[in-house]
Amino acid sequence: MMKRLLSTLALAGACGLAAFGAQAQTKPAKLDQIKAKGFIQCGVSQGLPGFSTPDDKGNWTGLDVDFCRAVAAAVFGDVTKVKFTPLSAKDRFTALQSGDIDVLSRNTTWTISRDTSLGLNFTGVTYYDGQGFMIRKDKKVTSAMELSGASVCTQTGTTTEQNLADFFRANNMTYEVIAFATNDEVVKAYDAGRCDVLTTDRSGLAGERLKLTNPDDHIVLPEIISKEPLGPVVAHGDDQWFDIVKWVLFAQLTAEELGVTSKNVDEQLKSSANPEVKRLLGTEGKFGEGMGIGNDWGYQIVKTVGNYGEMYDRNVGPDTPLKLARGVNALWNKGGLQYAPPIR
Amino acid sequence: MSMTFDDGTFIRSELVTPLPPPIRNVGIIGWMRENLFSSVLNTLLTLFGLALLVLIVPPMVRFALIDAVWTGENREACLDPGVGACWPFIRAKFAQLIYGFYPIEERWRPNIVFAAGAILLVPLLVPSWPMKRLNALLFFVVYPIIAFILLTGGNIDASSFLFQRFGLIQPITGDASLAGVNIAFWADFVLTALVAAALVGGIIGLIGGNALSAGRAVLLAFAGFGVLVLAWDIDFGLRPVETRQWGGLLVTLVIAVTGIVASLPLGILLALGRRSQMPIVRLLSIVFIEFWRGVPLITVLFFATYMLPLFLPQGANPDGLLRALVGVALFSAAYMAEVVRGGLQAIPKGQYEGAMAVGLTWGQMMRLIVLPQALTLVIPGIVNSFISLFKDTTLVLIVSIFDFLGQLRASFTDPNWATPVTLYTGFAFAGIVYFLFCFGMSRYSLFVERRLNTSHRH
Amino acid sequence: MSDLVEPAIGRSKTSFINDPKVRSIGLQLIALVLVVFLGWMFVDNARQNLAAQKIATGFGFLDNTAGFGISQTLVPYSETSTYGRAFLVGLLNTLLVAVVGIFFATIIGFFVGIGRLSKNFVVRLLSTIYVEVIRNLPPLFQILFWYLAVLSAMPSPRQSINLLGEVFISNRGIIVPRPVFEAGTGYVLWSFGAALLVVIVLHYWSRERRAETGRGLPMLPIGLGLMILVPFIAMAITGFPISLERPELKGFNFVGGVRVIPEFVALTVALATYTGAFIAENVRAGIQSVSHGQTEAAHSLGLRNGHTLRLVVIPQAMRVIIPPLTSQYLNLTKNSSLAVGIGYPDLVAVFAGTTLNQTGQAIEIIAITMGVYLVLSIITSVIMNVYNKRVALVER
Repeated sequence: MMKRLLSTLALAGACGLAAFGAQAQTKPAKLDQIKAKGFIQCGVSQGLPGFSTPDDKGNWTGLDVDFCRAVAAAVFGDVTKVKFTPLSAKDRFTALQSGDIDVLSRNTTWTISRDTSLGLNFTGVTYYDGQGFMIRKDKKVTSAMELSGASVCTQTGTTTEQNLADFFRANNMTYEVIAFATNDEVVKAYDAGRCDVLTTDRSGLAGERLKLTNPDDHIVLPEIISKEPLGPVVAHGDDQWFDIVKWVLFAQLTAEELGVTSKNVDEQLKSSANPEVKRLLGTEGKFGEGMGIGNDWGYQIVKTVGNYGEMYDRNVGPDTPLKLARGVNALWNKGGLQYAPPIR
Repeated sequence: MSMTFDDGTFIRSELVTPLPPPIRNVGIIGWMRENLFSSVLNTLLTLFGLALLVLIVPPMVRFALIDAVWTGENREACLDPGVGACWPFIRAKFAQLIYGFYPIEERWRPNIVFAAGAILLVPLLVPSWPMKRLNALLFFVVYPIIAFILLTGGNIDASSFLFQRFGLIQPITGDASLAGVNIAFWADFVLTALVAAALVGGIIGLIGGNALSAGRAVLLAFAGFGVLVLAWDIDFGLRPVETRQWGGLLVTLVIAVTGIVASLPLGILLALGRRSQMPIVRLLSIVFIEFWRGVPLITVLFFATYMLPLFLPQGANPDGLLRALVGVALFSAAYMAEVVRGGLQAIPKGQYEGAMAVGLTWGQMMRLIVLPQALTLVIPGIVNSFISLFKDTTLVLIVSIFDFLGQLRASFTDPNWATPVTLYTGFAFAGIVYFLFCFGMSRYSLFVERRLNTSHRH
Repeated sequence: MSDLVEPAIGRSKTSFINDPKVRSIGLQLIALVLVVFLGWMFVDNARQNLAAQKIATGFGFLDNTAGFGISQTLVPYSETSTYGRAFLVGLLNTLLVAVVGIFFATIIGFFVGIGRLSKNFVVRLLSTIYVEVIRNLPPLFQILFWYLAVLSAMPSPRQSINLLGEVFISNRGIIVPRPVFEAGTGYVLWSFGAALLVVIVLHYWSRERRAETGRGLPMLPIGLGLMILVPFIAMAITGFPISLERPELKGFNFVGGVRVIPEFVALTVALATYTGAFIAENVRAGIQSVSHGQTEAAHSLGLRNGHTLRLVVIPQAMRVIIPPLTSQYLNLTKNSSLAVGIGYPDLVAVFAGTTLNQTGQAIEIIAITMGVYLVLSIITSVIMNVYNKRVALVER
């Protein structure tokens, strides 16, 4: 009898404790999660020269990579506090949705369906791009309008695939599409002669061309068949984190506009009387606090990663193997499209 | 009066020495006539086969050895027309093919894991070696724990168990930690263990069982789990290495070995469940086994990569490799279950009846009588499923995990080594590596099979 | 009276928890509750996660426009078709690879399996090398090899290898002439059908006659002759309504003809050779399981080698071969999903790949994909089980 009583008591106690514990908890904010784990997990491509590519030792370089570093600089004041996840085009959104990565910076095109129905938020445009075609020189083709009947290699799960369909349909041309899961497969198949044409964003073409056996045998056709605004993406549902990622890019653009570079930023911090520079570098106003990060966030970004122009020139600019001119990616006051809302 | 024939005139005194057989029927010519050219069809087949051999073997040897390039720093060395394999390419990429992007200064850790694995595995495979039980314990229990610590760096930062999820423990204990071990977590863990023991003991006691032994069993289970977590939780001062940096053969072996180690106990449970008398348990086992066996591994990996995160609570984001491992383990557990079931079915009914007759419980019967015999019988089957698992690990490259083959394919696009022969060199090298592993294992499986056969022949 | 009452032995001493029946029910209940709880947890988590990420649910997406092209379509499909149509295209492509692969794998398997037991040393050696090498290399490796290594050795369409002036082989695939059916084709088909019917009837009649008199008709020449001659005569009468559309090189690619894309060739070759090696081992084991006395008896009855194999050994070996053969067929079907590695538009590539990526509806799409493979598995098992029943030993 005693034993049974004891058992009942133990059972009741356990149940009570469990019930007491079963109170709902709220999901912590993304920024707090990131601060707690101490680094930002950033999704990048599996290797696209100029945008995100690892060397033999696993060090990442590229425009998309640098952007993630800038976010880390803003949040932690330390560019090393970022880890990179190489993702195929197919995996990238699910990785973001599942919370595997905190920000996706992987030459991703901003479209309405991705922005609205996939549970994603695009934070801006790091590179204005358009889709183009690459073809062997010995095919003697000079315009995309001559491509009827061609076999086209492309990567699956990209807007490229749909643009391609639209372009050929609109121009009443026939084509054969061969879609692969990863970039490397596309390049390999094109190199092996499986298809006549390789299509992707023109910035991507410039990068992929370097991977071919004889890069000089291939040319990029002049036509741009689509608008491809490439930008960083975060998951729906955390506005604070969305704001931070969005304003990191704006800060970089503002810095370029104001002529603040990684080389002169310390000097500017001390001596500049320009209120815009002061607001950017955090000596005036408390804009960092409003986002939950340090007020010197702008300074940290420019100091470590540099302004947008520096980032561009270092990774994809005319002095790099990619040799991409600024073009539409110049600042708005220099004939381009890059425009940042004011920091005030 | 009888006639005698021994006048010796017409009877030979000795036997005629046999003539040598016709030259066409003995020796190498006879063998060839018998085996290679016995009929028109056979002759044609022989000639065809020889032609095939001549077509295949010499070019392969020329490519791999005679015409091969052995030294060089970059693609320049292998650009000459008509060159064979570009071995410097493999040398340049070798470290990546083995370790992926595992940090160079930390590569001693996978090396130790490789070496320890080999040292533990070899005596386990030699049937005549003593201390099988200890060896198996070391290999199947201790080794994975240590390998995990070495490869990842341990220190998993266990921070919340059951009650901390509801924010109950941390306010009391604070954030104190000892050697990288969070006190709050362990307070939580011990508390949970006690509560669970009380709960189970209470239920068992209420319905008239032995409350104490039930509680003790639960505590033991928690203690075992606790030791495991503690080992992974202590900070040994190793630099953490993310699984994303792993790659190459390391990942291939990690997936294959984890798959087999995890699938064995799970497979045994499922096999027992499938042969159980209890209809619901049997049905659940059958559904589980047949489901995983009915779908391709790719879809399982897709499931693990894309769907699993959706099924877990928000914020729980298991590592990419871990997810693939879960998928592989579930998948191979289903196959393992069928292998084990084959072994269970091969045990004569008398063994079961004998065990029951001497009063063993079901657990004792399985543990002491049936499973030891059944598992020994299916060792070849287990090795064979290991071979197919090893081959199947290549599929992870489709969900962006760079195993040996994935790393190889990635290296094909390196502009520094873009030559016409890079592709063939890579395939030749990978082919040899895979072949050596799989062929070695299949020979071993045959060897065990033969050994088992003789021991069972009466 | 009282001594007739059964004393409640056991009830008083041991508790009901030690009753095997109670135990078993309890255990099963616990298992069931655990499974239901896990299932509920998954569903609940998924619901929350989907809501949080604003991912659409339901199967409505199947009616949306797909907007992407597919390189091999067995049914009419264009970019304006729906995702549902894309699913069908992918499914048919998977089935095509599976059926063609199974066909060739079986042929390869039987020849190599018999070859491994051949008395001819060269044949035996080649068969053994083939089986050991192919079985010990991962299938994905072989698919990539056939695709990348063999493809890059192929010439461009302009320099294609030309067989018989009609078939062109290049890195765009194998192009064969397409038969064009004009009016009158119907008669030819009917005549062919009629010839087939006659041959079948003759076959059964010949079998009966052989059973009675020991003499049958030479069915092979008669059958082949009838089936070729009759349609030919019909064609001649109707004025050759079936012509061939020859492929022509126009612009980048061949126009006209039927094109077998290299992805399909690579995948089929790789799967057929890979599975063929396993079937060869099954066939070998099956033949070895037939006791040698059967062969000797057949020989002493005067059957030739080929007849012994075909009429005595193989029918008996089939009983051993069929069950593992079934699982090899299933394996091939499942391995066809490796198509995604080389861009062949199979179910996984088109549906669980592109469609999943464009719609983001992971749960629905992966569930459908897995469901399809499960159904394929079940259908294959059922068919092979029926066949197995037919060849199984009928015991008294």
